[in-house]
Amino acid sequence: MKSWIREIRTSLRATAALVVLLCGLYPLAVWGPAQILFPAKANGSLLVRDGKVVGSELIGQGFTGAGYFHPRPSAAGGGYDALASGGSNLGPLSKDLIESVRGRAAAYRAENGLEPGAAVPADAVTASGSGLDPHISLQNAGLQTPRVARARGLTEAAVRELIGSLAEGRDLGIFGEARVNVLKLNLTLDEKRDGGR
Amino acid sequence: MNIPGWIQLVLFLGVLCLLTKPVGLLLSRVLDPEGRTPFDPVLKPIERLLYRLLGVDPKAEQTWKQYAFSLFAFSLVGLLFTYAVLRLQHILPLNPQKLGPVPPDLAFNTAVSFSTNTNWQNYAGESTLSYFSQMVGLAFHNFASAAAGIAVAAALVRGIARRSAKTLGSFWADLVRVNLYLLLPICLVLSLVLVSQGVIQNFQPARQAALIEPAGTVATQTIPQGPAASQIAIKMLGTNGGGFFNANAAHPYENPTPFSNFLQMLAIFLIPAGLTYYLGTSVKNRRHGWAVWTAMAVLFLAGVFVCWRAESVGNPRLTALGLDSAGGNMEGKEVRFGIFNSSLFATVTTDASCGAVNAMHDSFTPLGGLVPLFNMQLGEVVFGGVGAGLYGILVFVVLAVFLTGLMVGRTPEYLGKKIEGYDVKVAVLTLLILIFSILGFAAWGAVSRPGLAGLGNKGPHGLSEILYAFSSATGNNGSAFGGLSGNSPWYNVTLGLAMFLGRFFMIVPVLALAGSLGRKKLLPPSEASFPVGGTMFIIILIGTIVIVGALTYLPALALGPIVEHFTMSGSALVY
Repeated sequence: MKSWIREIRTSLRATAALVVLLCGLYPLAVWGPAQILFPAKANGSLLVRDGKVVGSELIGQGFTGAGYFHPRPSAAGGGYDALASGGSNLGPLSKDLIESVRGRAAAYRAENGLEPGAAVPADAVTASGSGLDPHISLQNAGLQTPRVARARGLTEAAVRELIGSLAEGRDLGIFGEARVNVLKLNLTLDEKRDGGR
Repeated sequence: MNIPGWIQLVLFLGVLCLLTKPVGLLLSRVLDPEGRTPFDPVLKPIERLLYRLLGVDPKAEQTWKQYAFSLFAFSLVGLLFTYAVLRLQHILPLNPQKLGPVPPDLAFNTAVSFSTNTNWQNYAGESTLSYFSQMVGLAFHNFASAAAGIAVAAALVRGIARRSAKTLGSFWADLVRVNLYLLLPICLVLSLVLVSQGVIQNFQPARQAALIEPAGTVATQTIPQGPAASQIAIKMLGTNGGGFFNANAAHPYENPTPFSNFLQMLAIFLIPAGLTYYLGTSVKNRRHGWAVWTAMAVLFLAGVFVCWRAESVGNPRLTALGLDSAGGNMEGKEVRFGIFNSSLFATVTTDASCGAVNAMHDSFTPLGGLVPLFNMQLGEVVFGGVGAGLYGILVFVVLAVFLTGLMVGRTPEYLGKKIEGYDVKVAVLTLLILIFSILGFAAWGAVSRPGLAGLGNKGPHGLSEILYAFSSATGNNGSAFGGLSGNSPWYNVTLGLAMFLGRFFMIVPVLALAGSLGRKKLLPPSEASFPVGGTMFIIILIGTIVIVGALTYLPALALGPIVEHFTMSGSALVY
């Protein structure tokens, strides 16, 4: 009985001491340098236009207009709800999944003037894991280019150049996949238009 | 399966191999109460202060029973502490979103989940937990349960290395030293590197962003914030896996770049790999340590190949709809990670008992999803959880030595210690507890109404979801086939029990084994001693692990992912 009490007492003290160190001092020791060295990133990589926060570079947003590049389908809440991150979690034989993809592929072909049955990039019609994926593949962006150019009265070459300037390769040339950030792409397109307005 | 993927795989395993020795050497010093580390000038005073606060003498060694008792008492106090924090979060500080208290069954499940190093999450972090609950209630266990796991592994290694010894070290000294000299320094550096990639670390309330293109009535996007980086570093390094956000490491704030992804995968395997080296140096047989490492690496690569291949081929049902077949199965995956890094992460996180995910395993192809499931059912001994991986594979080593002993008709012997009836019984006991918990609870779930009510997918995939949940909980992994709605009283309680069984009913027999091995005399090596360093040993060890796993789980897997695979490729059925 005595040893019970002793162990519990030591456990209580250990918990209290470690909480102060690991849950108080440690996060603050990360927070301080992070705020000094990487303030923009530590605070969410927010994008500001005309003094207003319009989103985060890392968090995708929904776009449906013809003049904007469209992100991937999203299963986060009603779509790109940053308070409800997550995937569809539909299995490979799910009727919901297969029917949704069928519908999205048809819509993608229609919007972008592709032949019926033309190959559609996988990322364009599948939902991401986070539901907030900020990127699309370069293939996907390329297929959307004629539509965006037409809607904005730009040449396809100009839009392609813009994609090229914002495209991200593999990190350090090795890690991950090539991609382009949809929100940054659309913001830059808007800036071009507003610049000429 | 493209060339960039191969390069990344070679790089990953190569860097892990290079880091194994330095981490192993650091571990040897940390786990020796007298050992010197590079951090002594700064941290030694804190260590002394902690011993004074705890009122323990770090040199006072404990028997296996005392060691187990201290660990259990500490875990129990931590569990109750976290339960209290979650229930009271509405009156505690750092709650800018004004979130209410966590309901009792969910708080129970979450407290058990984090104190057992599982981090199964029946909640979504961004909409359920305050910054205080995350930073204090949960991150405490990310450190403490990781340190406790490493402590148990150290106790077992001491049992193997010592002779005619009654004690296995001091739990309190191990706990303090692992936290101070191993986890804390690495986490400080890793956190800051993660912030440099875009992981957030702040205490601001959620930000409102005015949408560029408002959709109907929705004109703003609410973007959650919080002290994520400090928690994500330890969640990976401590193989905990509990995400700050619901989407875990798929969330761009948790894992913003492929480079952060690489570091996080490396952090998962770092300590488990180093522990094999620690085993080698402690028992004065480095070849044994590397043989264990190699067996793990072989099983790891086998998993990666199957998963990567299955995900690259993709879902033929979707390819039939005109999807570019080069894209692979992208449902539930992020563009920046693509097929390869999602498959690699899924294999790493379930080889270890981490459970963080950067892609939704529920949407993997049947064989792609089989890999993480089977990894967990093998007992997460492929590098494995911090500490848990090493003590898990050492149980298999004891069994492998026993089996070879039977084959040649000699008393089995492991590093000069006779393996006797008692040792084999406790080793088998750990396996049986896992098996009963996984298959027992899954069988109950598959035939009970509350079990079936949680399913997110029908058909064989539904069985996979239940099987995955109890494999994950029992294995203290924490990843999920996320379509399953686990936040119901039935799942909260059964999964909580599975996590508890999988942790403590594993640790107690392991410590008993450590105590028994420690008491034994050392036999002089003879011609007939079984060498635990060469290719033959590696093959036998892998064989033991795979055969035990296959015999136990193949029947259940045949009804889940395997039948689903053939349904997918050979029929037009949908569910």
